[in-house]
Amino acid sequence: MTHLGYLLAGWGVSLGCGALYAVRLVLRGRRLSAAVPAGQRRWMTSDTASVEEAGT
Amino acid sequence: MSAGTAGTGTGAAGTGAAGTGTGTMSTGDRRDEAATTGSRGTRLLGLGVLVGVVALILLGFFAAPADDEQRDAVRMIFVHVPSAFLTYTALLTTAVGSVMWLWKRSRWWDIVAHSAAEMGVIFCGLTLFTGSVWGRPTWNTYWDWGDVRLVTTLILLLMMVGYLALRAAGGDENAVATRAAVVGLLAAVNLPIINRSVEWWANRTLHQKSSLTDGNLEDLTLFTLFVGIVVWALFFVWAMVHRFRIGWLEHQLASVELEAALVQRRAEASAGSAEEASL
Repeated sequence: MTHLGYLLAGWGVSLGCGALYAVRLVLRGRRLSAAVPAGQRRWMTSDTASVEEAGT
Repeated sequence: MSAGTAGTGTGAAGTGAAGTGTGTMSTGDRRDEAATTGSRGTRLLGLGVLVGVVALILLGFFAAPADDEQRDAVRMIFVHVPSAFLTYTALLTTAVGSVMWLWKRSRWWDIVAHSAAEMGVIFCGLTLFTGSVWGRPTWNTYWDWGDVRLVTTLILLLMMVGYLALRAAGGDENAVATRAAVVGLLAAVNLPIINRSVEWWANRTLHQKSSLTDGNLEDLTLFTLFVGIVVWALFFVWAMVHRFRIGWLEHQLASVELEAALVQRRAEASAGSAEEASL
């Protein structure tokens, strides 16, 4: 295969950046989820469900 | 803050993005999902991305044919073009979110704009990097300051980095969102210029004219390119959902901290009043 070094650099950096960003998002999400009270954690929760969840 | 006060579209996007409806969720599911920004939908999507990446590597390196002129360097197209496509998608999403923030003052749209901008920076950076790496064996240079498409794409990247810097600088949440929305819209003006630059300044670019649909690509090359765009698009959706939820949690955390500070201030004020009264 010709130009293998260029290909590995281009593909490697692209996939590597994607993977690193994905890991960073997951870890950041976990840390923030732990910091926010349960009742305010869910952005898609209706008011009623929020109250129920906070109660449990 | 409840979802209702976040602005229009929160409920619909929340359920759509998560792939689950809160109303039908069991208590176990709720506990599970509350611990992370992931959900059953995003986990399935993530699995799809992983499978897609493996398929893309196999297709890109072993199935798609080499080019007569560029030989194997042409395989860079499978990461370069999808990155460029997702740069456009991210920036358009930022532009739509910015317009909606300026129009509706919806926090939901503001977070969408911010999330897409972050990904736009990543994809734009990857577009420039893979383009440069591809350019060396193809054009015999990593960079050409005379190439309008390269320079306008670099300007776009710098504008988007400026957008994120503006966000990170802090200040009043609404004022920052408004300023960022203006920068996001200004950056979006660049999109048609970048896209049409190879036509408008045909003698000032190393890039060829738009050629994806002119039938010059081999069928398997075109198919692999399509797979690359789909895989990158799935990753974009996955990352957008997570990034949006992070943005939402940050917003909630700021509200919680503000509330706690107010409670503390009120307590100090009442203690001060009681002390004065006793004197």
